[in-house]
Amino acid sequence: MTRYIIRRIISVIPTLIGVTFVIFMFQRLIPGDPAIAMLGEHATEDSINRIREQFGLNRPLFLDREALATGDLSGFFDSQYVNYMERLSHLDLGESIHRRIPVLETLKLRFPATVELSLLSMIIAILIGIPVGIISASRRNSLIDSVSMVGSLIGVSMPIFWLGLMEIMLLAVILKWLPAGGRLSTGFEINGITHLYLVDSLLNGDLAGFKDALSHIIMPAVALATIPMGIIARMTRSSMLDVLQEDYIRTARAKGLGGRLVLFRHALKNAALPVVTIIGLQAGTLLAGAVLTETIFSWPGIGRWVYDAILGRDYPIVQGGTLLIALIFVAVNLIVDILYALLDPRIRYK
Amino acid sequence: MKHLLEVKNLETRFYMQDGVVKAVNNVSYTMDRGEILGVVGESGCGKSVHALSMMQLIPYPPGKITNGEVWLDGQDLLTLSEEEMQKVRGREIAMIFQDPMTSLNPVYTVGFQIMEALLLHNNMSRREARDRAGELLELVGIPGAKDRLDDYPHQFSGGMRQRAMIAMGLSCEPKLLIADEPTTALDVTIQAQIIDLVKKLQDELGMAIMWITHDLGVVAELAHTINVMYAGSIVETGKIHNIYKDTKHPYTIGLLGSLPRLDDAPGTELVSIPGLPPDLLALPEGCPFAARCVYRIDKCLAEKPPLVEINGKDHAVACWRWEEIAGMGSR
Repeated sequence: MTRYIIRRIISVIPTLIGVTFVIFMFQRLIPGDPAIAMLGEHATEDSINRIREQFGLNRPLFLDREALATGDLSGFFDSQYVNYMERLSHLDLGESIHRRIPVLETLKLRFPATVELSLLSMIIAILIGIPVGIISASRRNSLIDSVSMVGSLIGVSMPIFWLGLMEIMLLAVILKWLPAGGRLSTGFEINGITHLYLVDSLLNGDLAGFKDALSHIIMPAVALATIPMGIIARMTRSSMLDVLQEDYIRTARAKGLGGRLVLFRHALKNAALPVVTIIGLQAGTLLAGAVLTETIFSWPGIGRWVYDAILGRDYPIVQGGTLLIALIFVAVNLIVDILYALLDPRIRYK
Repeated sequence: MKHLLEVKNLETRFYMQDGVVKAVNNVSYTMDRGEILGVVGESGCGKSVHALSMMQLIPYPPGKITNGEVWLDGQDLLTLSEEEMQKVRGREIAMIFQDPMTSLNPVYTVGFQIMEALLLHNNMSRREARDRAGELLELVGIPGAKDRLDDYPHQFSGGMRQRAMIAMGLSCEPKLLIADEPTTALDVTIQAQIIDLVKKLQDELGMAIMWITHDLGVVAELAHTINVMYAGSIVETGKIHNIYKDTKHPYTIGLLGSLPRLDDAPGTELVSIPGLPPDLLALPEGCPFAARCVYRIDKCLAEKPPLVEINGKDHAVACWRWEEIAGMGSR
């Protein structure tokens, strides 16, 4: 088991190196120049060149063949990618081209907001999706089953931005129950180790702060949770139905186990495998959906920030932000693989 | 002495979209304590469904027991509630299934799956249940039994899994063990081992066994009595020597004739029964075997023959012409 986990962790490293390469290359394949984006169309050649030099954008992308021809080996390796990787190796993500702020600093500020939003959405999606799927499967073709499956289909097909706007219109504009955007009302301040406001406020015993943070997060979290919730519910149902047909379910019943034990002990653990996979994949969708949700609800996370950076060709931010998102995605799937091994003994011994 | 099991007029139907499948039709028979009954017939003849009906394990819908009584030790199982039935399953009647590869839950250890029934029915502590599970695995001949309790099913071979299934079935010392084609999925050598094991266990523990199979050879080695089923009905039943030596029903004759034998002269052709079993969605009015029967008369098509006792013998047959067929013993 430990060996399996170590092997899986090591296999993450090449994936991440691949990710840096792909992000780096694709970003530079998009037309546009950060210097021009920064200085405007009417900037002089001179000032553009100065900016390009300052950020090393005048160097070749990967390797300098001309330098190699003159025998200059250090010049050969003095390229944008090699320099970027070299800085990355001591966790230096560079500076924002536009704002001159270290990328890592902004990440530290904004990342917890995205994590809090995504985590809460995932928790909502799992806590509702899985029980709905189980109930539907155990009462196949009943009214409850039809209602929840139509409901989850609607959830899956609902565009996030539309749902978000409807929430704002109904709950913030018309009913005035919840704030329309932001993460915290003015006048509130929550400090703590996790930087997740819900957790920190509880740890500090700050109930008013918790209530305020909750009132801000609940709408974007629900909007973001809808699609994964529907997918998880449908996946749980079909996986449970498959498993309930299995011979070992009949064996369990023949042993005299009651319906609930059969369902939760014998069926659920087997049915969990595909569901766990789907949850892992949804983590990626969730981070992508966070860009939209954060924009609609003016949520100060990394989604909106990276989106703006792409438009402004702010390479270091895009590189830093996407690398972090990729890292989370890879980490979530690593956890999924480990869960897999915990759930299914057959995987451990392969 | 009172019978251990008395099945009366058992009838099971499956309500499908294209009609009603008459899976079990008016099945009645008895079993005594310690008896080994072989239930024989081809695929789809209702032999498994009738056993699952007794256990009330028929998937509902579409399956439904529409008539009958199943008396086990003075208790009609079909009148019991689901909760009461759960106390019967595993404790009074245990069941082992055809495919040991898929009948064990892959995500739990073999030991735990054996312990489960013990914990449920016998009020044992985990410690006691674990010890007992080890003893049971040893009883069914798993080498190093106690060290294999924490193994998962995929670490067992097919034969060992079926042994584990048997251990599971015997764990609460049931009065009746139903074995639904337990050797069909196994190699012939492993089959023989499992049959020997069951014989040995039956000698030691004395439970009654219902052995469901399409393999007449297996039944000949094991059973005291035989029920031959065809299209959801029992067509011939009796003590094993009566069935093999004084076969009455044309279907049984056909079945026995289709068995290959080592002492057949080389080149001897196997006899096969022409035609196919009737569609259970549209059972004929008369004898279900009539369409394939060489002894058919008009009466066979018009009226279904009842199961009649052959005088003075533990032998009954459902055929209008059994008296004429008398003497058609198997080879």
